[in-house]
Amino acid sequence: MLDYGPDAILMKGLDGTNWHLKDYEARGGYGALKKVLGEKMTADAVIAEVKKSGLRGRGGAGFPAGLKWSFMPKQYTGPKYLVCNTDEGEPGTFKDRDIIRYNPHMLIEGMIIAAYAMGTAVGYNYIHGEIWAEYTLFEQALDEARAAGYLGENILGSGFAFQLHAVHGWGAYICGEETGLLESIEGKKGQPRFKPPFPASFGLYGKPTTINNTETFAAVPWIINNGGDAFLALGKPNNGGTKLFSVSGHVNRPGNYEVRLGTPFATLLEMAGGMRGGRKIKAVIPGGSSAPVLPGHIMMQTDLDYDSIAKAGSMLGSGAVIVMDETTCMVRALERLSYFYFEESCGQCTPCREGTGWMYRMVHRIEHGKGRQEDLDLLTNVADNIAGRTICALGDAAALPVKSFLNHFREEFQYHVDNKRCMVSEPGGYFTAAAGTEKAA
Amino acid sequence: MPTVEINGRQIEVQNGATVMDAANALGIAIPHFCYHKKLSIAANCRMCLVQVEKAPKPLPACATPVMEGMKVFTESEYARTAQKSVMEFLLINHPLDCPICDQGGECLLQDLSVGYGKSDSRYQEEKRVVFHKNIGPLISMEEMSRCIHCTRCVRFGQEIAGVMELGMMGRGEHSEIVSFVGNTVDSELSGNMIDLCPVGALTSKPFRYKARTWELARRKSVSPHDSLGSNLVVQVMANKVMRVLPLENEGLNECWLSDRDRYSYEGLNSEDRLTQPMLKVDGKWQEVDWQQALAAVAKGLKNAQTDHGGQGLGALAAPHSTLEELHLLGKLMRGIGSENVDFRLRQSDFSADQKQAGAPWLGMKVADIGGLDRVLVVGSFLRKDHPLLANRMRQSAKRGQQLNLIHATDDNLLISVANKAIVPPQALPETLAQVVKAVAEAKQQPVPAALAGVTVGADAKNIAASLVSGAKTGIFLGNLAAQHAQATQLRLLAQELAGLLGASYGFLGEAANSVGGYLAQAVPGAGGLNAAAMLDEPRKAYVLLNVEPELDCQNPQAAMKAMQDAEFVICLSAYKGSAPDYANALLPIAPFTETSGTFVNAEGRRQSFNGVVKPLGDARPAWKVLRVLGNLLGLEGFDYDSSEQVRDAIGTPEQLAGRLDNRVNGIALQLAAASTGLQRIAEVPIYASDAIVRRAGSLQKTRDAAAPRAWMNSALMTKLGVKDGQAVKVKQGAGAAVLNAACDDRLPRDCVRVAAAHPASKDLGPMSGELSVEPQ
Amino acid sequence: MLSAESLKRIDREIAKFPGDQKQSAVIAALAIAQDEKGWLATETMDFVAQYLGMPPIAVYEVASFYNMYNLEPGGRHKLTVCTNLPCALSGGADAAEHLKHRLGVGFNETTADGRVTLKQGECMGACGDAPVLLVNNKRMCSNMSREKLDQLLAELK
Ligand SMILES: Cc1cc2nc3c(=O)[nH]c(=O)nc-3n(C[C@H](O)[C@H](O)[C@H](O)COP(=O)(O)O)c2cc1C
Ligand code: SF4
Ligand code: FES
Repeated sequence: MLDYGPDAILMKGLDGTNWHLKDYEARGGYGALKKVLGEKMTADAVIAEVKKSGLRGRGGAGFPAGLKWSFMPKQYTGPKYLVCNTDEGEPGTFKDRDIIRYNPHMLIEGMIIAAYAMGTAVGYNYIHGEIWAEYTLFEQALDEARAAGYLGENILGSGFAFQLHAVHGWGAYICGEETGLLESIEGKKGQPRFKPPFPASFGLYGKPTTINNTETFAAVPWIINNGGDAFLALGKPNNGGTKLFSVSGHVNRPGNYEVRLGTPFATLLEMAGGMRGGRKIKAVIPGGSSAPVLPGHIMMQTDLDYDSIAKAGSMLGSGAVIVMDETTCMVRALERLSYFYFEESCGQCTPCREGTGWMYRMVHRIEHGKGRQEDLDLLTNVADNIAGRTICALGDAAALPVKSFLNHFREEFQYHVDNKRCMVSEPGGYFTAAAGTEKAA
Repeated sequence: MPTVEINGRQIEVQNGATVMDAANALGIAIPHFCYHKKLSIAANCRMCLVQVEKAPKPLPACATPVMEGMKVFTESEYARTAQKSVMEFLLINHPLDCPICDQGGECLLQDLSVGYGKSDSRYQEEKRVVFHKNIGPLISMEEMSRCIHCTRCVRFGQEIAGVMELGMMGRGEHSEIVSFVGNTVDSELSGNMIDLCPVGALTSKPFRYKARTWELARRKSVSPHDSLGSNLVVQVMANKVMRVLPLENEGLNECWLSDRDRYSYEGLNSEDRLTQPMLKVDGKWQEVDWQQALAAVAKGLKNAQTDHGGQGLGALAAPHSTLEELHLLGKLMRGIGSENVDFRLRQSDFSADQKQAGAPWLGMKVADIGGLDRVLVVGSFLRKDHPLLANRMRQSAKRGQQLNLIHATDDNLLISVANKAIVPPQALPETLAQVVKAVAEAKQQPVPAALAGVTVGADAKNIAASLVSGAKTGIFLGNLAAQHAQATQLRLLAQELAGLLGASYGFLGEAANSVGGYLAQAVPGAGGLNAAAMLDEPRKAYVLLNVEPELDCQNPQAAMKAMQDAEFVICLSAYKGSAPDYANALLPIAPFTETSGTFVNAEGRRQSFNGVVKPLGDARPAWKVLRVLGNLLGLEGFDYDSSEQVRDAIGTPEQLAGRLDNRVNGIALQLAAASTGLQRIAEVPIYASDAIVRRAGSLQKTRDAAAPRAWMNSALMTKLGVKDGQAVKVKQGAGAAVLNAACDDRLPRDCVRVAAAHPASKDLGPMSGELSVEPQ
Repeated sequence: MLSAESLKRIDREIAKFPGDQKQSAVIAALAIAQDEKGWLATETMDFVAQYLGMPPIAVYEVASFYNMYNLEPGGRHKLTVCTNLPCALSGGADAAEHLKHRLGVGFNETTADGRVTLKQGECMGACGDAPVLLVNNKRMCSNMSREKLDQLLAELK
């Protein structure tokens, strides 16, 4: 049995092999869809339920899902599209992969209900390029759903038609950005589009489109089955439900844990087996690599929900919790992250294309003992000049780590500049603290 | 219609207008690189960031739609800080090579960096180096490290040229503008990418390192190559044309130029220029002065007239000649008693002469093409004959205009074509007749009696359905139609069709003065011989104005024979060419850059220009040469002081406009029986259209200038037993050409496409009609 | 140019999209072509362009934008190791070092015997299983301790 923790509702009762349609149905799967179609719920009623649930987007920005769905033009008669974002590439995030490999029908059911609510006849699930096995598994699940009449014309005799396809990426972080993703489905480079217009009016193939994260759609069947209020009650006001947190880094049991929003971080850390080797916690990136880093002691006082983490100075983001212990060199850590954004910048807009390389090279220099005093302020300034001036949020994502690392751990950078070496470890040394960890789900 | 306030000034704008649009309307300049009014919005350079009240971050003016009550600040501290930071990013990897950069002096980056750049760089890392590329003879991509990734060039290809030849490969900092693995850029509009490139990454290959831009004087001119009359900025240094750029004219070329208009200047100073008058004395060529030359020419003409009468003389002019030149040539001939003058060198059907109501023309303004919702183009190599008119139709097609074609070849126009009928050239009238009949039936109008026997095919039906469903239709006859053996019948059918549809019809026009030639009366009057007749029934003496008979005439065989057999041939030409082989006197005249003159374009627009440089060597403006000749011959009305006087004598613009009329009267519709042999299809290749272009070195290295081949479909190849690429002998009349066979399965049955106007095919006969092909 | 089997797979992808949006299948088509050919030669991209009715340069843009295409011939096996921060904190960087050492090559290099090309990867969405690596884009190997890395190398011929 896979163990996502005592609060798990979405990922309950999974053992890694019981993903098939019959297993899902045995768990009550597709009951929500049958309810929606059988009770002839109106589209508005479905959206109202989702609004009530307080479900916020699980892909990073935390935008209320029900509200987003209500933006889809109702009177529009041409094709509209529904798109699921399973391009999980935000460093530290690995939850959506579990959803599509262990419980794919929950996502499919959620998407069918969403399609019903927004009157879309065609949907795509865009799956991260590096997870081929999961992609093929998801295609099998789609075949099962088609064979059972959950997808296709006249679903369950209701007259409602919806077709869903899987699309496989091929290695580009930026395709996780929703408009980059749309471009990619259109067979182009995944270069994000300037917004406005937003996908709800100009999306896939220029048609109205709604995009949500995998986990967002996956929560929908539960909400329909149990009511929006029940979902909301699982979490906190404005932060409904449970959420999957991907815990990685210096913990004893890295893995995914499903907890109620508002759960203290300390509880999650405990579920993850505590700090590896009993070492002291130094820093946590609570929402994927694009979220600002927080010192461990602040994090230990913080609850895991959108509002609490924001108050602490970071973002819940995708729920990827990267834990670093006292042996971690923050300069080296930032160097690796900066390299990532430099590598993954799509290259179209100036501040990001030019700025990510500039920042990476400066951090690289500092890490390698060639930093200059003025670099520290310059780094912050360059980050400021990128943030908020780019087409998509990758620019901000690249700037935030730099600013927050310097903000909270400036003395380590200063030490590198002054002493041409690291204050916590031999160059490259700290990453080794790895071996021999227990495995969670 | 929202109202916006920019820097404290208010303006009301169209729904959907951007902050950039509003600022432009107010005359407020916002710095930018990727934005271009004719291209889609990319918003990638971020240079145009401005402050918008209540917005949490600076917004790109080019992409931000105006909202009611929006307050924008383009020069506030906040906006300037954002703009300056973008400029810094743009410059960190940009080479500091302005002193040797071709773009220096006209570089948007250089200009803006003065206002927005810092004097010292905070970037201490190594600059990016981008490898150079070779994309053909016209555009230099030697300095790609200068690229600022604005993607204007890429968008130009996708959106304007209609073919994506450049792309941005890779991503992030490693992004590079490239063509597909070593491919050349072949679009006939490619040079515009140079203008669009805001930095010196794409530059003109022929112009590279030739001059610094600030050393160049800029003079206005008009392109002589096609019937559009694109407006030019000709850049000049030390009395030499160094470069040609577009002069924006929204009604004609917009802000574009075809590569032909842009690069033909290389032909102006060709080795082959004729710079000294020459006379053939006792079989030997001698350089002489103008006085001698003109005296000899006047005497020769007089003698020929005395010996053979006015009918023994003939004058042929290229339609690229100026209005003034054409007019004086006609006047000269008439003065010495001959009506034998013509500029329609490629025409073969003159049956409309004396029966047309006025000068044939486009039938509408160029700018109004965009307002049509249905278009029918008959017999036109549209994209290569009229690159920028084709672009108008390309853009219109995107807005829903339906383009229908009747033609003999199916070249890719890079326009989405609604319907087409691709038929052998001699079937063009029959096919157009089908459309007329189908439209008449659809409109429940009587079908003209002559078309009673016509059976409407599927293609014609589709075309007719498209035309009938429109509200505003234009019917255009292309060069193949104008040069067709049944040109008048095609015209009558177009007239019929236009009547049924309430449409406009007209001619796309072959050259700069295809309309002007009529207005200048460079056409035979009553009793005179037209261009074809003058060659088919050889004259004793000829005056040639800008003509290379073996390349410029409908039937080069007949033309060359007539020249060779004539007693006295006078060539007024800017080039020697092959004239020394048959002429008796060579008079060096000035090409369009060295003389003042006028072109009247397809829409009847009279455009005058001045010489931009002094004539090369002893060359003289032809209008002056003709004036002196008139004087020497003692003719009346040759005392003009300026070309403007000549022009004004022809008529005011209003008078000229009044003489435009496409109608033909008194000729019956009548469909000829089609012949059965192999038919020639001949186009004038884009870089063979006139004497200047033929000598433009870089254009001659492009793919479009490749030697003609004998194109046919595979069925015909099998029938003839020839293979793709194999050498074949193409025969027409007494002449033959050895060419390589090439396969094009889109060609109609039993047709062989062999281009005209090229040395390789100059021994062949007429541009249409029968030919034979045998394996070599 | 491509086998009937590959074309069938491409056609399956094309069928997922609206009739006038064949281009949508380009990412899959290139991946399928790469499966068959090992890498994307100019002619292969040209073929895909023709097959999907796209300008060749647009295909090239795509092929050079996404990480997992091989634009040059490489080793018989491609190993892509994730070295991003979450993985690095749990041995990802060490795994890469170990492979470099064992194979005697750096990133983006191929062993002299043409057996293995080594690549540095970015986050594969499997950080909980660090160290992770991909074999030939499709097979993900998790928790790659030194022993498991050595085992893998022994298995790759
Ligand atoms: C650079 C970048 C990368 C992103 N990557 C992902 C991703 O991998 N998965 C995801 O769901 N959302 C990602 N997002 C967020 C999406 O743009 C989008 O907001 C999200 O898919 C919407 O779904 P949600 O409202 O359900 O969260 C990314 C955004 C940016 C700017
Ligand atoms: S911010 Fe970066 S990733 Fe986003 S559009 Fe600009 S260049 Fe591309
Ligand atoms: S001009 Fe607006 S972003 Fe480039």
